[in-house]
Amino acid sequence: MDAAAATGLQAAIDAEHICVDFPLYHGNARSLKRAVFRTVSGRVAADTKHRVVVQALRDISFRLRRGDRLGLIGSNGAGKTTLLRTLAGIYEPQAGRVRVRGSLNALLDPNLGMNPDLTGRENIMLRGLYNGLKRPLIARLEEDVAAFAELGEFIDLPVRVYSSGMVVRLGFALATAIRPQVLLMDEWFLAGDATFMEKARMRLEDMVRGADILVLSTHVTEIVRTWCTRVIWLDQGRVRADGSAETVLTAYLGQTPGR
Amino acid sequence: MVVAIHSAASRGNTLDLAPDLSFAARQRMAVRDLAETARLWRLCGTLAWLDITLRYRGSMLGPFWLTLSTAAMVGTMGVVYAILFRMNVRDYLPFLALSLVLWGYLSTLVTEGCLTYTLVEGMIRSMRMPYSLYAARIVVRNLLVLAHNVVVIVAVYALLRIWPGANALMVLPGLVLWLLDSLAVCVLLGALCARFRDIPPIVGSVMQMAFFISAVIWKPAQLGAQEWVLAFNPFFTLLEVVRAPLLGDLPGLRVWASALAWSAALCGTSWVLFARVRDRIAFWV
Repeated sequence: MDAAAATGLQAAIDAEHICVDFPLYHGNARSLKRAVFRTVSGRVAADTKHRVVVQALRDISFRLRRGDRLGLIGSNGAGKTTLLRTLAGIYEPQAGRVRVRGSLNALLDPNLGMNPDLTGRENIMLRGLYNGLKRPLIARLEEDVAAFAELGEFIDLPVRVYSSGMVVRLGFALATAIRPQVLLMDEWFLAGDATFMEKARMRLEDMVRGADILVLSTHVTEIVRTWCTRVIWLDQGRVRADGSAETVLTAYLGQTPGR
Repeated sequence: MVVAIHSAASRGNTLDLAPDLSFAARQRMAVRDLAETARLWRLCGTLAWLDITLRYRGSMLGPFWLTLSTAAMVGTMGVVYAILFRMNVRDYLPFLALSLVLWGYLSTLVTEGCLTYTLVEGMIRSMRMPYSLYAARIVVRNLLVLAHNVVVIVAVYALLRIWPGANALMVLPGLVLWLLDSLAVCVLLGALCARFRDIPPIVGSVMQMAFFISAVIWKPAQLGAQEWVLAFNPFFTLLEVVRAPLLGDLPGLRVWASALAWSAALCGTSWVLFARVRDRIAFWV
């Protein structure tokens, strides 16, 4: 273990008793307060300063090592995306500890950082810079993305004028061009399979296989079955069940019929 | 197709986040935030430059529209106010050109600083980036705009054959102060405005008031015996430490003392607030 840490980075995720609270500040305070109280009663409490706080994650713990493929399941608002964002370091936990070792890529937003007014080439360059790539690597990134997205001469036109197919291809190519050790992925990525060509799926599968650790959040149990070795069922911000894909899925499907 | 572009190893590859509420730990995280922004300077410059080119994409002159509109403003206001104030155009025009260009920077920076985080909420919520990067982007963008407008000042000086002399070198310490304050303002207002959404309009009206009371279009000497009041106005003293040397004067000790004191207060407040709320910004936007 020590030797591995010294020679190369061994990817790992340690989540210890993570808690994340969401303060709700904006909007028409009182009416929003009431509305939220009615819909999610139980998870909402006014804290000492009378702010409304949603307890998005409660005491979540797990450890992932190289080779682990974790699926997060649960109904809407169960905290799946919040947990992904916390693992990505976007939200910092209010209690507990998150440690992620290894390069990280979070595919949370399909158009992540894409500016429709910039040309394809500029968007690719920006993505490279966001990832801290040096110039020669950015050139390679450009080549790779342009080839995959089949932009042709459109690469020097603003993304705004692209056909919707081209936008999807560009976004997808950008997101999948940089290979991380730890891959965090929201469901849109795999769920939209029908719109992607066979080639896209191959590229994605290649990327998922290449990652040391995968954390995937989804509604679609088929995807969990295909990709994940371990599943955590989140319910109202807490871990409802944690175990092998088959066991947890069976419990989950028994709980929510019709899925 | 075999692609293997891996995330850069130079970026801190280990993320270790725990809510350590100690003062020292918060300082460390804030310093790390700044250091990461420094490492991403190329991204910062590119973002700022793209912001400007985007605004003027498709127009023939591009960013030089900025220069042109400033020139038009300086030209018209210069003549009108020289008449109103009964002043020599040769004397007044360089003063006004400098004042308007420099004030344009200050006021745009402050107004845009309010939106430092709220305008990029999508970005903030989709990947971990140092927060000071967004502030630096706004500062760099406005410096680039300023650089375009400097052309107007140079043109006015050349037309009127004015040369500020060696005193102009004293502008350098003033610019350093501006740079620090600019970052501090964006970090401070960005966080405050993300939390309290009614601050931007307040800032807007304060800047409008400041324009009239800070000797931007009128000369400080016009106040006569009441001129000492200006030394307490941070907008005036900060403007003066850069403007006076370029007009060939040296700002007085009082002006410098006031500018330094206000800057220290601004940077201090900004730093403490940033260290305190940095980890909350993602929840606010």
